[in-house]
Amino acid sequence: MAKPLLGIAVLVALVAAAFAYTAGLFSSTRLTPDRFLAQLQPAEGPSPGHRRNHLKGICFVGDFEASGAGTALSRAAVFKPGHYPVVGRFNLADTHLHASDAMAGVRGMSIQITAPDGEQWRSAMIDAPMFPVATPQAFHELLGLGRSKDPQALPHFAAAHPEFAAFGALSARLQHTASYAQDQYNSIDSFIFTDGTGEHHAVRWAVLPAVPPEPKTQEQLNQLGPDFLFADLRTRQAAAPLRFTVQVVVASPGDPTAEPSKAWPADRQHVDVGVITVQQIQDEANARCRDVNYDPTVLPDGMQVSDDPFLAARSAVYARSYELRTAEDADYPRTAPTSP
Amino acid sequence: MSPRSFSPLQRGLHWLMAAAILTMLFIGIGMVSTVSHAHLTLLAVHRPLGLAILLLAIVRLVIRLTRGTPPLPSDLPPLMRLGALGSHVLLYALMIALPLIGWAMMSAAGDPILIAGMHIPPLLSPNAALHGILREAHTWLALALLALILMHFAAALFHAWIRRDGVFEAMAGGEGAAPVVKLSQQ
Repeated sequence: MAKPLLGIAVLVALVAAAFAYTAGLFSSTRLTPDRFLAQLQPAEGPSPGHRRNHLKGICFVGDFEASGAGTALSRAAVFKPGHYPVVGRFNLADTHLHASDAMAGVRGMSIQITAPDGEQWRSAMIDAPMFPVATPQAFHELLGLGRSKDPQALPHFAAAHPEFAAFGALSARLQHTASYAQDQYNSIDSFIFTDGTGEHHAVRWAVLPAVPPEPKTQEQLNQLGPDFLFADLRTRQAAAPLRFTVQVVVASPGDPTAEPSKAWPADRQHVDVGVITVQQIQDEANARCRDVNYDPTVLPDGMQVSDDPFLAARSAVYARSYELRTAEDADYPRTAPTSP
Repeated sequence: MSPRSFSPLQRGLHWLMAAAILTMLFIGIGMVSTVSHAHLTLLAVHRPLGLAILLLAIVRLVIRLTRGTPPLPSDLPPLMRLGALGSHVLLYALMIALPLIGWAMMSAAGDPILIAGMHIPPLLSPNAALHGILREAHTWLALALLALILMHFAAALFHAWIRRDGVFEAMAGGEGAAPVVKLSQQ
């Protein structure tokens, strides 16, 4: 009886071990969503109920009016001439809930556009023109540098990742505006559109402000204090609805789609596919955008992911963040709705 | 009246679902444990496979309730008899509950549900707090299902190698598939 029992125990243990291996329990190096979130976690710990990154944000609802020009690139229903509802969010690319508006290096805008059949186009964009590094592995490493005590860590990283040095040189020249309404937000990652004839087009996209940008110096931003962006949006929206143009940029053969750290030449075809009009700015605690996971792989028929490795990584990490914060929902109380 | 053995259809469904569910559990844990492109590839298999398992589990349950199962050996100790009954109730409950929870949690997140080109309607309205509960339940119940399957696997081998009472053969087929006769001969 001992031998068959041992055989049973060994077989059960083998299946359990294979499962643990698949879960990554035997790997100290595999990049998992939890390892990414650990890098994003500030020293004082996460803010329960909030996103694990881009925490400080404000919601809006609005309308996307498709011009019809997008139908030449994609058969997606949201490109057919018409009006489609938008649930969006402006935010700081920062892991702290009370990050300073003046100090945040990167700002973001996220949108969810819904077609009549329920299909959605979700996009989380940032105002940087490109991503600082070429791979999720490098980004994971970069996020850990803030905690490193080695003064040579950053120079070593920059030497190993030339795209990071190029990004640093570029962002040093960029000046911030004092308004979410004056920034341009870029998809950064590349996507593949499929048109009505079945032909594929590699694209990126951007959301362009209708308000002309007024670049500010860091001193000018510092004078505005840590919390000027929300008030600025509300004041502008009260005067006239904010508008943004959605523009698709079409790659030429050979343009890199797998590397969001590489910009495409400026002469590429640009197609204005429609206009987003903000209808209402809303506090995040009560608003629809709070409960949206702006996963860039949630796309309608006619759009799909490219070979850009960040899309899968973002999808996996955002899902884990969404799982955690929705389980903590009670820690971020929903207040009574307020008028804008 | 209980049949002497499982029908070929019951056996076929059992082994098909054994493969599907084990694959599903490995896909599920794999896709949440990587940020590589495999995350998207596995997710694209996870959803249609989950729907297939839900439909197959319902078919199997109907067949089990209408046709019945072969009787357990009459000399099986009461505790093992209880274990067999309880584990099968839990196996069916989880085979049906896990795909439903997956469907419900996507609905609660407000995610569009597109499976194999078909639009699947949401099971409930968007509700973030409920998503949090369902998403946690999906993980823990999947781990519970894995534990149950391992116990089921161990029990099947216990019947095959130690008790040699024909229970394993009733599902595996082949020699000794008529347990009652074999027991009376011993």
